[in-house]
Amino acid sequence: MIPNRSTSSLIGSFCGHCGELYPTETFDGGSAPPSNVLQAGDVHVAGTAHRECAARLQLEPPRYCGQCGRRLKVQVSPHAWTASCSRHGTVTS
Amino acid sequence: MTTISPTTEYPILETARQQVLEDGIGLTEAQLLEVLRLPDPAVPAALELAHQVRLKHCGEDVEVEGIISIKTGGCPEDCHFCSQSGLFDSPVRGVWLDIPELVRAAKETAATGATEFCIVAAVRGPDIKLMNQIKFAIDRINEEVDINIACSLGMLTQRQVDQLASWGVHRYNHNLETARSYFPQVVTTHSYEERLETCAMVKEAGMELCCGALIGMGESLEQRAELAAQLAALEPHEVPLNFLNPRPGTPLENQQLMDGKDALRAIAAFRLAMPRTVLRYAGGRELTLGDLGTREGLLGGINAVIVGNYLTTLGRPAAADLTLLVDLNMPIKELQKTL
Ligand code: SF4
Ligand SMILES: [Zn+2]
Ligand SMILES: [Zn+2]
Repeated sequence: MIPNRSTSSLIGSFCGHCGELYPTETFDGGSAPPSNVLQAGDVHVAGTAHRECAARLQLEPPRYCGQCGRRLKVQVSPHAWTASCSRHGTVTS
Repeated sequence: MTTISPTTEYPILETARQQVLEDGIGLTEAQLLEVLRLPDPAVPAALELAHQVRLKHCGEDVEVEGIISIKTGGCPEDCHFCSQSGLFDSPVRGVWLDIPELVRAAKETAATGATEFCIVAAVRGPDIKLMNQIKFAIDRINEEVDINIACSLGMLTQRQVDQLASWGVHRYNHNLETARSYFPQVVTTHSYEERLETCAMVKEAGMELCCGALIGMGESLEQRAELAAQLAALEPHEVPLNFLNPRPGTPLENQQLMDGKDALRAIAAFRLAMPRTVLRYAGGRELTLGDLGTREGLLGGINAVIVGNYLTTLGRPAAADLTLLVDLNMPIKELQKTL
């Protein structure tokens, strides 16, 4: 499914799963991806601290806005999910 | 190819072959405990027997269902596994679904070949506002979609049971979740008896009872056997089998994921407890069993699936399950409007 890109509430400084601010650590090479950004569906999760969060986001919708860390209003339906931030808009899976 | 050990190596499976497969009588609690304690090498034989029981007593069809939350979060109850309780610091926010969205979801669910669409609300029991919403939703869905409608709205009064039955709700979900002896460790805001009362009223009113289990919450094998026996005694039409997916912020957030082999043993045991019941894969199977386990369960007693997402978490894509059913040569049960 193609996400509605009119907002960027999934991408930003906050983890969509746990709501914490991403650490500023940078990726130190090795066999992991060539940047410090992992992808879980359409949700970008930065840094190694949130790898588990990234894995979780394969099986659940984001709960926190990537831009501001506010809790999202999330509606899950059998074939899609919608997540809304009062400041940064709505994203549909 | 795996070689399955013959059931003759395991006396409880030989007993089950006669008692459950041939005579159609479910195993007792003590017998179920023996199944749950079978060693790993016996699991394929237990699943194979459970599959034969399912084929003989239920047929080869698989019942497909979609579920949706009409009211998410903010529940006043304290079920320790639930991210929708308003009493825990869970990231799930309260939200109501509007009716056009609900109808759209029902249409999409029907398009997968599903015959069941279950409307769920995170409440102790429905108030007038929710009952009115449900009535409105049922009417709109019935106007536009050919699908059986089920509901799961918590504990009901007799009047509410009668209303739902008269509106054509053909099945009502109200889970036992766990064994009576473990229930107080998991829920303190209502009792097991209250759950049983709703289940009894639902059956009495002629609706099909869907009454499920959530295993992997720290209960012992004895309690798992107790739960299967208690469910069997209720004679529900359907048992959805959930595996704990520990939710952030809930008291069970740090509970270890259930071992996959234990989950498979439980699937076989539940089928051997209830030879004729619809046994549905529900939440948590993706984490606990993965793709391979999903297949093993469908060849081990499961004869129904929830397709797509759950209430607050995501499931496998519906297409993955539907393709698997084709691969396994298991036809999807067709719609028979019961009411
Ligand atoms: S009654 Fe249902 S929605 Fe409410 S806390 Fe218990 S399981 Fe969750
Ligand atoms: Zn995180
Ligand atoms: Zn935001």
